[in-house]
Amino acid sequence: MSERYRIGDRVRTSDVDPDHHTRLPHYARGKRGTVLDRDGVHPLADLRAQGIVQEQEVYLVRFTAQELFGQGDHSVTLSLWEDYLSDE
Amino acid sequence: MSDDHDDSPIAARVRELEAILEEKGLLDAQELDRALEAWTHRASPANGFRVVARAWVDDGFRARLLQDANAALPEIGLSMGGGLQPQQLHVVENTERVHNVIVCTLCSCYPIALLGPSPTWYKSPAYRSKVVSHPREVLAQFGLTLPETTEIQVWDANAESRYLVLPRRPENTEHLTEDELTKMVTRNGLIGTAAV
Repeated sequence: MSERYRIGDRVRTSDVDPDHHTRLPHYARGKRGTVLDRDGVHPLADLRAQGIVQEQEVYLVRFTAQELFGQGDHSVTLSLWEDYLSDE
Repeated sequence: MSDDHDDSPIAARVRELEAILEEKGLLDAQELDRALEAWTHRASPANGFRVVARAWVDDGFRARLLQDANAALPEIGLSMGGGLQPQQLHVVENTERVHNVIVCTLCSCYPIALLGPSPTWYKSPAYRSKVVSHPREVLAQFGLTLPETTEIQVWDANAESRYLVLPRRPENTEHLTEDELTKMVTRNGLIGTAAV
């Protein structure tokens, strides 16, 4: 399996609010961030909750508070499966 | 559907599942209790304190811990195993410039193997929702006021990884032994809601 993103890449998270389980929190939907590191390969949580195991790259993605909340000078880092991400 | 898991309905569901599994003979009534007891017995904040004290006295261990925590933990007889699957751990280091704080906004993911069961406030909707958007205010409520120049990095344990903060070693502790340093570390320090 080869990863789609590299460290330093700019990415955008999905803005879809699915009606199934997901590990992409509301506050981080449709936001732009930077790939900080790879975070292993793990079964996609959305599918695993439905009994389907599909291993996928996970990335540590860092967002500025400004991007997430429109205010603040801190950063927030999340682990995001490749399915949650697209090119900026 | 990444909203809160309400404690009571999920607890009721777990009880029902347990009852069904026992009824069908798939689960021994005592099996789960034994596994949980063995696990929580080993899982204690004392483990996290040892990790920090070793990192303070041994630069090589600190570097390895920050690089690949899962590979470094066995050096002091610890691991992230013991649960259903070994968890991936990231140790994030506080410096003069950066302060780290940990949360799980979706539920209550926490490095139980190194910190024991999480405190009630860690699981509260108030902490989980506010520390991501207003960390400086939340930390001040814990009595930790950081200089404006300190950059705050929040880590949301929203998926497979768990986090542990490596606090800064307090000043004037050069004369202390590793054991004595272990006693200076606090659980909140390892979550990032205290300095040490």
